[in-house]
Amino acid sequence: MSFASEFRNRARVVASNLRHRQIIRTALGNYETARDRRKATYQDWQGARQLAAETKWEAINHLDHYLLDFSTRLEARGTKVHWASNASQAREIILAIVQEKQARSVIKSKAMTAEEIHLNEALEKAGLKVVESDLGELIVQLRRETPYHIVFPSMHLTREEISALFEKELGSAPTLDPEELTMIARRVLRGKYLTADIGITGGNFAVAETGMVSITENEGNARLTAALPKTMITLLGIEKIIPRLDDLALFLPMLATMGAGQALTGYNTLYGGPRQPGELDGPEEWHVVLLDNHRTELLADGEQRDALHCIRCGACLNVCPIFRNVGGHTYGTTYSGPIGSVITPHLRGLQDWKHLSGASSLCGACTETCPVKIDLHHHLLQNRRNAAQERPDNLEEAAFGVFGWLTRRPAAWKTVRFILQKIQPLTRQFQKKPWHPAKPWTQTRDLPVIPSESFRDWWKNRPKTSKHD
Amino acid sequence: MTEKGQILNRIRLALKTNAPRPGHPAPAQVKNPGGSHHPPSPGEPRNWLPKVGESVEEHRTLFARNAAELKADFHWLDSLEDARKLLNDMASREVWQKVATHAGECTSPLCSTLPCKVLTLSPGYDRNELESCNAGISECDFLVAQTGTVALTNQSAGGRALSVLPPHHIVLARKHQLLADLPAAFAGLRQKYGDNFPTMISLITGPSRTGDIERILVLGAHGPKKLTILAF
Repeated sequence: MSFASEFRNRARVVASNLRHRQIIRTALGNYETARDRRKATYQDWQGARQLAAETKWEAINHLDHYLLDFSTRLEARGTKVHWASNASQAREIILAIVQEKQARSVIKSKAMTAEEIHLNEALEKAGLKVVESDLGELIVQLRRETPYHIVFPSMHLTREEISALFEKELGSAPTLDPEELTMIARRVLRGKYLTADIGITGGNFAVAETGMVSITENEGNARLTAALPKTMITLLGIEKIIPRLDDLALFLPMLATMGAGQALTGYNTLYGGPRQPGELDGPEEWHVVLLDNHRTELLADGEQRDALHCIRCGACLNVCPIFRNVGGHTYGTTYSGPIGSVITPHLRGLQDWKHLSGASSLCGACTETCPVKIDLHHHLLQNRRNAAQERPDNLEEAAFGVFGWLTRRPAAWKTVRFILQKIQPLTRQFQKKPWHPAKPWTQTRDLPVIPSESFRDWWKNRPKTSKHD
Repeated sequence: MTEKGQILNRIRLALKTNAPRPGHPAPAQVKNPGGSHHPPSPGEPRNWLPKVGESVEEHRTLFARNAAELKADFHWLDSLEDARKLLNDMASREVWQKVATHAGECTSPLCSTLPCKVLTLSPGYDRNELESCNAGISECDFLVAQTGTVALTNQSAGGRALSVLPPHHIVLARKHQLLADLPAAFAGLRQKYGDNFPTMISLITGPSRTGDIERILVLGAHGPKKLTILAF
């Protein structure tokens, strides 16, 4: 089955699931309240967006320069920097480190890039025990699912489901208290931090000027992952670059505001190297893996290059009417929602994933909310155009050809209209048949009835009451 | 060619096409992309970020309000002796058996009089012992009024784990360490450390928290359940 039909099938099921709709609506309703309250504290939110967009533009449009700065400064303090052109290279680099250390257990803090390269599967295949330390990620890991949302991985689950899951997988007593459930995870993971050989993290920003990786989190799990294991590995997309340390004074609060309606996320931590002489603790080795994986192809598209400005706040998912109705898993991609629909065709193939460009009402809510001003809904249109140019849909072109021919010939138009109007009542009974050519429409709606009088006739015959006529 | 060279080549090739600047629909007239070196930031975050006020009093009030919202305890005290009294009271109230700290000009005098065992971290400390402590007491670099944040480094605050492994983190700060906003905090870090930044800088905003179960706030997900900040 194609990715497109899988998407349609899943979407059909989830969109009619009222319980799912209720969960998502409640969660995102609370998010919207918090986000708007926070946005209102800014002196000028639009000014902040413009500055953030220009700063990311500067970074991405001089990416070679800033990446070199970043890696040189990291290396100067003993960090090992690796470059991976694609997912399999990144997995091999990480596996090689893990094998060299003869590691048996890995503690991981949330990283979407690790989801992108399917790192956990690769590590487990190599015989390692991998534990996700972010609570939401742990929950979806125990369910053998992918994250539902790039910021809120387990937002589709209720406390009942999580309690049942913990009972089954962790052997805990059932409870419906979110605090008790959190404490169960805390107890289980404490031991893992202390004994894990390797800590793997992602990163939110790579500061070129000072050679630091900034990690944003609320739970403290990334802090522990970067403090306790002897070896630390950080996997970063090459687009995470920002030019200067001080840029964080803008990006950190904006990420917190749009991500979860916070003034600042619980922990924003900058790492500049492994443990240095004289420092009390920290990993003996730090490996930073820079991942391309088709990002340079997106970079080459000047029109859509700003999609690499994304700071993965998830704000566009939260406001998207499609995401809210079909849910995160329906996309079948690492990155879902509008940003996922824009970048997935670039990362995984335009023809296979072009259907995501149609998973939009083109309302523009995503573009309006994006803190770094990515022109998301226009990029969806551009992907549609590019897909059609690359592989024209002959049937569709022929249909429009016929339509165009007819509209330019009034007599033919009139004849066809007359015939269709006469036979339409007879075809009504076939509306719901699977072979009906207008099935995607007629399945849930009636085709509009062709009126007996054309607009042209109505205009000619209408009663002329006003003297202005 | 190395992967590094190949990736950089692909980037340089890609950047030969221009991209429109944000807010400018037409392709920008970018001359020589890839040529500039750390140009000045195109604006000042301070113009857009939440307002903070001018005076220390305003900053103190703002920090206190933010701390309360974050469920962190914040105490603005008159002297080191007041901090000592408060710490000792806390030790008996919470029945501390053992606390962890690091050598420092505030931590050392205050922890020496605590009515419980004190683990002062030194290189090669036992992490299991740290994990068993009731509280971690550390100094910090700055307090940030704008967001109710504690800025600390592994140099100023006893390494990477002390401020996040024990269930209660107590921050000792001098009043002059309270700064207005995030730009001031980064400027302060730059001034303090120059080119030789510690390998960890953490901006801590409230106790550890999660909302991963039905978006309901729970404190103490993996880090401290409690965060207490004493400024004197």
